[in-house]
Amino acid sequence: MEGATNVTVETNLSITEQEVRSFSASKSEPEEFTNLRVQALAAAETLPLPKPDKTKITAWNFTEFPVHSTESSTYSSLTELPEEVQSLVDLKQKSLYIQHNNTPAYLALPEELKAQGVILTDIFTAIRDHADLVGKYFMNEAVKAEEHKLTSLHAALLNGGVFLYVPKNVIVEEPVQVVFIHDNEDASLFNHVLVVADTSSQVTYVETYISTVPHANGLANIVSEVIAEDNAKITYGAVDVLAEGFTAYINRRGVAKRDATIEWALGMMNDSDTISENTTYLIGDNSTGDTKTVVVGRGSQKQNFTTTVRHWGKNSEGQILTHGVMKEAASAIFNGIGKIEHGASKANAEQESRVLMLSEKARGDANPILLIDEDDVTAGHAASVGRVDPLQLYYLMSRGITKQEAERLVIHGFLAPVVRVLPIEGVKKQLTEVIERKVR
Amino acid sequence: MSTLVIKDLHVKIEDKEILKGVDLTINTGEIHAIMGPNGTGKSTLASAIMGHPKYEITQGSITLDGEDVLEMEVDERARAGLFLGMQYPSEISGVTNADFMRSAMNARREEGDEISLMKFIRELDSKMEVLDMQEDMAQRYLNEGFSGGEKKRNEILQLMMIKPKFAILDEIDSGLDIDALKVVSEGINQMRSESFGCLIITHYQRLLNYITPDHVHVMMQGRVVKSGGEELSHKLEAEGYDWIKAELGIEDETVGQQA
Repeated sequence: MEGATNVTVETNLSITEQEVRSFSASKSEPEEFTNLRVQALAAAETLPLPKPDKTKITAWNFTEFPVHSTESSTYSSLTELPEEVQSLVDLKQKSLYIQHNNTPAYLALPEELKAQGVILTDIFTAIRDHADLVGKYFMNEAVKAEEHKLTSLHAALLNGGVFLYVPKNVIVEEPVQVVFIHDNEDASLFNHVLVVADTSSQVTYVETYISTVPHANGLANIVSEVIAEDNAKITYGAVDVLAEGFTAYINRRGVAKRDATIEWALGMMNDSDTISENTTYLIGDNSTGDTKTVVVGRGSQKQNFTTTVRHWGKNSEGQILTHGVMKEAASAIFNGIGKIEHGASKANAEQESRVLMLSEKARGDANPILLIDEDDVTAGHAASVGRVDPLQLYYLMSRGITKQEAERLVIHGFLAPVVRVLPIEGVKKQLTEVIERKVR
Repeated sequence: MSTLVIKDLHVKIEDKEILKGVDLTINTGEIHAIMGPNGTGKSTLASAIMGHPKYEITQGSITLDGEDVLEMEVDERARAGLFLGMQYPSEISGVTNADFMRSAMNARREEGDEISLMKFIRELDSKMEVLDMQEDMAQRYLNEGFSGGEKKRNEILQLMMIKPKFAILDEIDSGLDIDALKVVSEGINQMRSESFGCLIITHYQRLLNYITPDHVHVMMQGRVVKSGGEELSHKLEAEGYDWIKAELGIEDETVGQQA
């Protein structure tokens, strides 16, 4: 771009190539990875921002942040965790990674899983010690660094995250839990989550983003890549509770190969402005993608949720369910995209998108999109935006339940699809409590 | 003894007057049946007593033991002792039947005096058995995907759990097969006591073979036009409504008409 000088690059991106190189060196990253970061940084200068449908983000700050990385304490025992986090983590939880701002702070993985070849580790260790696997999957099959400015910035600035690998034929019975604690207002989260389930393996991964400070000055540019090899099954649960002040870009993308299944259960409870993309690529025949998302927006928050299932595989099955509650002056766009590519015969793309408005000033837009390039398919969508049904309230109140409690029941019921399927009791309870707090 | 008194009740919906002066007094210990052809205002009466948001009371009064019911919000009416078994109960996704019923029972209790979970479950199980309901109904979402018959049973289940002073049952028998009708009737008969009064609204005399009413009323043109004992329902079953119309000089019994 003409006129793009070094000076504007530096002020635009808050970080120089030299700083990226020295950060990479401090983590003892292989040269290839350093180069990947440097190339991505250069690309970020010129690549455009993504264009989430119906939300204009050109004036949003995705590039300026106080510091690239912070040092926080590690935890030698779970009793050292902040109170809010302790309730999330069951003491019986066997597979657990905790990150404290940008610092890998706690890791547990049972010996029997290690013996089977399961890997659970912070992303830096993975980049160093599992270069073959990381090299194969990192920003290669799901998200590409060069897609747009935010993915390239993510690759350049990656400062945290986790790697989970499940080898062929291994069934991990207990859920793997990951907690990202944010308690430094100046911290930015450039987390990369890489979950790979090799052929015929199964795993359930549940992550929580929790801010224990009320305000954030940093950026959240988070990418999760979820790869289900042939006949594998990944269940991915997430509860995001990031503080107001972040500008959050959250991209969770899965690739399901032949006979593979990816199920998402996402509780999007951020208080920050958020652009969320959740995408499932059904590339294999007979693959299945199921996405359930619930959202509560409040204050003057602006959010965009784009949930996409893209079918290449024959007989692939895609389900999208999105339920959003908007209160105060919050606004959100819910784009649901079912895309069936040519050749994906017998594919089925279904989606349901519902928005409940709790105030006059709240805005919610459910925007279902079906893009179909194949004749022999089935598809359907349902979308609605409205208020709490007065007849439902009448019915509940006719049993003696107060109006306030009746509304509470209806709203919790509306957001139940995700709460119900989260496999870790503490996380389920936390999401219920966050919903309670946010809709009150 | 409690008493529900309805006096000269006039009710409008969307600018159309449906009830044109209903008078009715029900005491606990009594079962009243309101019969009448379609479109005569029976269901409107039920909804107006409970406080349905669409209905506007333009004249008259409803009191429960002297308290002005029309001044109360819907939930206050319920806590004062009124219950409406609805013809078309709402479906509420994500709220289990059991959670809902426990909320309803606790709404009548002081904070700190909530019903214990064990006691609640025992009571729920025993009532569900009376109504011959599948065990999983407690954990299913409130009325979601319930068949017509399941919804009606669920209304009676709530009645039995909540134990109101007065129940109004709006066409609780419509769409029920004979077996379901028997269990629903059994549930209502179990409620019969000196501290319970009931207003049964029905098209069909059939239900009254299983629940013997103390008083039978006929509604036409938005009013109670005839009252009597149980024998009135048998006469209606045998002879229809024409003799009443003839007696009162009514040509069209629906609410759009005047005598």
